[in-house]
Amino acid sequence: MRHLRAWLLRFTGLFFKDARERELAAELETHLQMHIDDNIRAGMSPQEASRVAVMKLGGVEQTKEAYRDRATIPFLESVVQDLRFTLRQLRKNPAFTVTATAMVALGIGASVAIFAFVDAALIKPLPYQNPSRLLFVTETTPDIPRAVLSYPDYLDWKNLNRVFDSMDVYTQRGYVISTTGGVEMVDGARVSDGFFRTLGVGPLLGRDFYRGEDLPDAPRTVVLSYASWQKRFGGRQDIVGQPITLNELPHTIVGVLPQNFHFAPVEQAEFWTTLHPAGTCDLRRSCHFLNGIGRLIDGVSQEAALADVTRIAKDLEAQYPDSNRNQGATVGPLAEVIVGDVKPTLLLLLGGAGLLLLIACINVASLLLVRSETRRRELAVRRALGATSARLVRQFVIEGLVIVAVGATAGLLGSHWMMQILSGLIPKDMMAGMPYLEDLGLSSRVLMFALGIAGFASVLFTVTPALRLSTLDVRDGIAEGARGTAGRVWRRIGSKLVILELTTAMVLLVGAGLLGKSFYRLLQVGAGFETKRLITMRVRAPRSAYGEDEQAVALGRNVVNDVRSLPGVTSVALVSTLPLTFNGNTEWIRFVGRAYNGEHNEVNQRGISSDYFATLQAKLLRGRTFTDSEDGTKPKVVVINQTLAKKYFPNEDPIGQRFGNTDLNPASIKEIIGVVDDIREGPLDSEIWPAYYYAFNQVPDFAFSVVVRTSQGEQSLIPTVAETVRRIDSRITISNQTTMTARVNDAPTVYLRRSSTWLVGGFAAVALLLGVVGLYGVIAYSVSQRTREIGVRIALGAQRGMVYRLILKEAGVLALAGIVIGTGCAILAASLMRKLLFGTPPWDVATLISVAAVLSASALLASFLPARRAASVDPMSALRAE
Amino acid sequence: MSKTEIWQGTLALMILKTLETLGPFHGYGIARRIEQTSGDRLSLNYGTLYPSLLKLEQEGWIASEWGVSENNRKAKYYKLTRSGRKQLEREAREWNQTTAIVARFFEPAGGES
Repeated sequence: MRHLRAWLLRFTGLFFKDARERELAAELETHLQMHIDDNIRAGMSPQEASRVAVMKLGGVEQTKEAYRDRATIPFLESVVQDLRFTLRQLRKNPAFTVTATAMVALGIGASVAIFAFVDAALIKPLPYQNPSRLLFVTETTPDIPRAVLSYPDYLDWKNLNRVFDSMDVYTQRGYVISTTGGVEMVDGARVSDGFFRTLGVGPLLGRDFYRGEDLPDAPRTVVLSYASWQKRFGGRQDIVGQPITLNELPHTIVGVLPQNFHFAPVEQAEFWTTLHPAGTCDLRRSCHFLNGIGRLIDGVSQEAALADVTRIAKDLEAQYPDSNRNQGATVGPLAEVIVGDVKPTLLLLLGGAGLLLLIACINVASLLLVRSETRRRELAVRRALGATSARLVRQFVIEGLVIVAVGATAGLLGSHWMMQILSGLIPKDMMAGMPYLEDLGLSSRVLMFALGIAGFASVLFTVTPALRLSTLDVRDGIAEGARGTAGRVWRRIGSKLVILELTTAMVLLVGAGLLGKSFYRLLQVGAGFETKRLITMRVRAPRSAYGEDEQAVALGRNVVNDVRSLPGVTSVALVSTLPLTFNGNTEWIRFVGRAYNGEHNEVNQRGISSDYFATLQAKLLRGRTFTDSEDGTKPKVVVINQTLAKKYFPNEDPIGQRFGNTDLNPASIKEIIGVVDDIREGPLDSEIWPAYYYAFNQVPDFAFSVVVRTSQGEQSLIPTVAETVRRIDSRITISNQTTMTARVNDAPTVYLRRSSTWLVGGFAAVALLLGVVGLYGVIAYSVSQRTREIGVRIALGAQRGMVYRLILKEAGVLALAGIVIGTGCAILAASLMRKLLFGTPPWDVATLISVAAVLSASALLASFLPARRAASVDPMSALRAE
Repeated sequence: MSKTEIWQGTLALMILKTLETLGPFHGYGIARRIEQTSGDRLSLNYGTLYPSLLKLEQEGWIASEWGVSENNRKAKYYKLTRSGRKQLEREAREWNQTTAIVARFFEPAGGES
C-alpha cells in the first residue's frame, strides 16, 4: 500500500517539475544559510563558512540530482523526454509524419473493416447451442449437388438415421396477412416440430412447438421473430395466445423468439409456423421442398453421418426406384448454409486488405529507415556524448510506437466509417440473407485483431531502424566520410523492401484484373432476353377467391389487359418463376414413343402467358407460341428451349413430338409446338438447363410474376403498375417490385463480383501508388548517394544518356524482380480464388501482360525523375561538395 | 539489500526518532541533531538527508510545511504523522529485537558453565 502510494506520488511527480525545483532550491538555500550562520558563529570567515557548508552538504547539484531521482521515476522521466523529443521531431517533419501515419491508418483501417465482416460472418459463433455439432442434411441429384428433401424422405431419414440426436426440416414460405394498410406479403418459414430444439434455441416468450404440432390435423400455431413482435405487435407481453390469420387460415401465436436469433437461409422470416403438410405436393415422395438440419450425437463425426444418410438414401432408392432414383445424400456444417457464398469473397477481401497493410507497413518502415540514415550524424554525436545503445534504440521504439498509435487510432475510426459505408452498399435483398451482419462493428475480437496488427507494425517499425543502428560506427557517423559503405547497406535493405512492395502490388493488380475480367465476362453472358426497361413483380391473390382455374385465368387476363393499357407500357406477360432466379421447379419427363428405363430427365418448367416471349424479346426459333385462347379445354401444348431440343432431339424435328410425366399419365401429355432460344432461368454464372414453357391458361395459378416492358423510364412506372394490379382486387398482395436491371445488378453472383472487383481494385490502386512511391524513394536516395560518382563519370566524359541508362537500369532490375516474383505469386494467389473467377483462368495471359505493362510504366515514371536529376548533375559542384 | 539501502533504512529510522524527540523541525536541524546524538561519531553528507525526507514523505510517515525559523528564515518544517509514529514504534521494536539477537552472539561464552 505504502509503496503504491509512493509510486503514485512519484508518477505525478513527472508533471510538476517547475514548482518542485523552485521549492527544493529554496529549501537548500535556507539549509546553507543556516549552516553558514552557525559556522560564522563558530568563528569561521564568511568564505570559509560557505565553503564548509557546501562541502558538508555534498554539493548542491549532486543533492538536487539525488532528490530528483527520488521525486520522479527516472526511467519514465527519460521516456517522457524521448517522447517530447519524438513529438518535436515529428512536428518538424510534417510531410513525413502525415505520410507515415496516413499509410498506417489506411492499412489498419482497411484490414480492420474487412476483418469485422469476416468476424461477423465466419468467426462469431452462430446463436445456437453448440453450433459446431449442427449439420445441414439433404439430398443430392446428379444435377444439383445440394438439393432438397421430400416430406416422406425426411420422415424416413429422421427415423432411420443412427447419427443424429435429432433431425428437423425448414422451408421458406411467404405469408399474406391483413394489416390496417391492407393485405401484405410477409417472409416466413415452415418448420418441423423439433426445429428450435435441434438448434438449441428457446423462446423469449411463450413456448416452442409441441411434438406432433406439425402434423396435418394439429391446430395451427405460429412463433414470432423478435423483430416482428416489436414491429407488428409493439412488443406486447400478452401476445401469446392471440389469434392471427395467415394465408386466410387462423393461427394462434404461441411464442416469441429471442432478439439475437437469426437463421439466414429463410432470410428475415417473421412468422415461424409448423409444416402441416397438405395438398398434392407436400405428401408426395417426388416433391422436394425441405431443407434438413441435424444435431450430431456426441462422438459421431461428419463422415460417419454422411455414410449413414447415404446408406438410407441407397435403401430408399432400392425401395422406391421410381421417385428416388439417383437421389444421393450430403451433409456439411450448418454454418456453410448460413454464410453461403460470401465466404470466398470475404477471405479474398481479407487477403487483399492484408496485402495492402503489408505494403503500407513496408513503406513506413523504409521511410523510417531513410530517416535513420539522415540522422546518422545526430545519433553518432549522441552516442559519443555518452548515450547508451539502449537509449538510442528506445528513441526509435518510441518514434515507431507514436506513429503506430496515431495511425491505428485514425485507422480504427476510419474502419468504423468504412464498415458503415460497405454495409450500406449491400443491396437490401442480399442483406436480408445475411442477418449475421446486423451487429457488425468493433467487437472485442475486432479490437484484438486491430491490437495485433498494430503490435506487428510497431515491431516492424522499431526493429528496422534499430537493426540499422547496430551497424552504426561512431567515428564514421561523425566524419560522414564513409557514406559509401553505409549507403550500400541501406540500398541493399531498401531495395529488397521495394521488390517486396512491387511483388505485393503485382499480386493485388493481377487479382483485381482477373476479378474485373470475370465480372465483364459475367455481364457479357446473354440472359437470352433484353433485360433493359423491364418491370417485374410478384402477385398473389387469395386462394379462396381465385383457387378455381377459371377464376385464376380471368385474374391473369385482367392483370395483363389493365397494365397493358397504361401509357408507357408496350407489352405485359405472366410467368410462374422469373428468369435469372434459379434452376429448379423441375419435372421429370418421359417422351411418348421412346424406350424408357426409369431415368430422371429433369427439366425446368415455367408457366407463361401468351405474350411472354414477345415481352422478354426472346427469340422464337421454330414453330409458334401459345394463343390466349389455349386454356384447359384445349390439348396441352408447350414450347421447349433450345437446350432441351438439342439434348433430346439432336437429329429430329421436335415440333409435334409429345412427352409426359414418368408414368405417361394421359393428363400429363403435352405436345411441343415451338422452340425458343435459351432464356437463362438460373443466375448468370449457372448452366442452362433444358426447360419447357407451358401455357398459364392451361395450368393457372393464383400466384404469379408479372413482367412489363416499357418504352422508357421503367423505374417511375413501378408504383403505377402495382396500383393498377391492386385495383383489380384489394386482397391482392404485391411483392418484390423492381426492375430487371436491378435484379441483375443486385443478384448475389453479380453483386459479389462487382463489389470485390471494386474493393480489390481500390486496394491494388493504393498498393501500386505505394509501391511506386517506394521505388521512387530508393532510386532517389541512391542517386543522392551517388552524386559524386556521377559527377566523376560526367567529368570523365560520360554522356547524359549513359547516366540515364545507369539509373534506369538500377530501377529496371528492381521492377523486373518485382514483376517476375509477383507473376508467380499472383498465379498462386489467383488459383486460390478460382471459385470467384468466371470464364477467366488464374494464369490469364492478357491480364498478366497488361498488369506487368502498367507496373513497368509506373516504375519507369518513378525512376525517370531521379534519373533526370542524376543526368543534370553539374560535375564541378558535385566534386566540390565532397 | 545493498549497503546504501541498509544505510538509508537506518537513516530513515534516525530521522523519524529525531522528529519524535524534537517535534517539527527543518532539514538542517535534523542533520545537526543526528550528528550530535551520535556524539559526533557519525559524519554524514547533509545532502543525503533530502532524498530520504522526500521518501518518508511519499510514504506518508512525515509531512512538511513551510514555516519560519528561530532566526527568521523561511524554512521547510517536517513533522511526524500519526502513521509515522506507529511506524517508528514498529521499527524501533524490530531494531531492538534484531540488536538483541545479534548481541547474544557476541556475549562472552560461559552461560552453561
